[in-house]
Amino acid sequence: MTIGPGHYLALSAGLLLIGTLGVLTRRNIVVILMSIELILNAVNLNLVAFSKHWGQLNGQVFAVFVITIAVAEAAVGLGILIALFRNKETVNADEVDLLKW
Amino acid sequence: MDAIFFAAFAALTLVGAVLTVAARNAVHSAVWLIVSLLGTAGLFLLQQAEFLFAVQIILYVGGIMVLFLFVIMLVNLARAEGERQFSPRWWVAAGAVSLLIAECAYLMRGGVPTLPGGGPALPAGNVEALADLLFTQYLLPFEAISLLLLVAMVGCVLMARKPEAAQ
Repeated sequence: MTIGPGHYLALSAGLLLIGTLGVLTRRNIVVILMSIELILNAVNLNLVAFSKHWGQLNGQVFAVFVITIAVAEAAVGLGILIALFRNKETVNADEVDLLKW
Repeated sequence: MDAIFFAAFAALTLVGAVLTVAARNAVHSAVWLIVSLLGTAGLFLLQQAEFLFAVQIILYVGGIMVLFLFVIMLVNLARAEGERQFSPRWWVAAGAVSLLIAECAYLMRGGVPTLPGGGPALPAGNVEALADLLFTQYLLPFEAISLLLLVAMVGCVLMARKPEAAQ
């Protein structure tokens, strides 16, 4: 059995769905941020699989960019979380409802 | 041989991802996320993306995860552990995601699809070739993204600062 790009794409789809489920259902903001990392990882897997399939490195360059975005997102997200925890004493997404009518 | 390694790393990735989402304790979530990221790193190595393999381990496992663990320790999550972990309307999300899973399963009912075509093999020196591309064709996005990192760094320092110090 040979492993083609289709296998990687299927795995990436599974990873993306698990991450989506985490973002949509969890209450803890830290875990939501981790699920976003899972989603970005699934995208990277896709990019690398296509890069291998077509024999071009552009996909890997974009994976580098995606990783950079993920780092920036995690840093800013966790900074916001610390500021939020200082003001509201909570890490649950549904308890942050100041703007909710 | 390839298939064995793929199966092992894929299992590592998926099991880690599922337990990241399902774990009750946020620290356990972080540890399972590390497992998942290591599995992805192995998959990168299988696809001759050596540079991304190293970046994945150094940056994700070494950098981002330490950041996550720091924040988990900083915000005391002892209270959160005893609470309900999933939002009350979780079934809406679960329904939507299982619909997508059903769609994927339907599209792959005849086995995993094979892609048409296929290009030449990747160049042997992965890091060198990647650097060539990054510093010639993608120089402008590279500079833009370094600016974005700077902005993110300043932003998170500003955000996490104590309010008294802001005046």
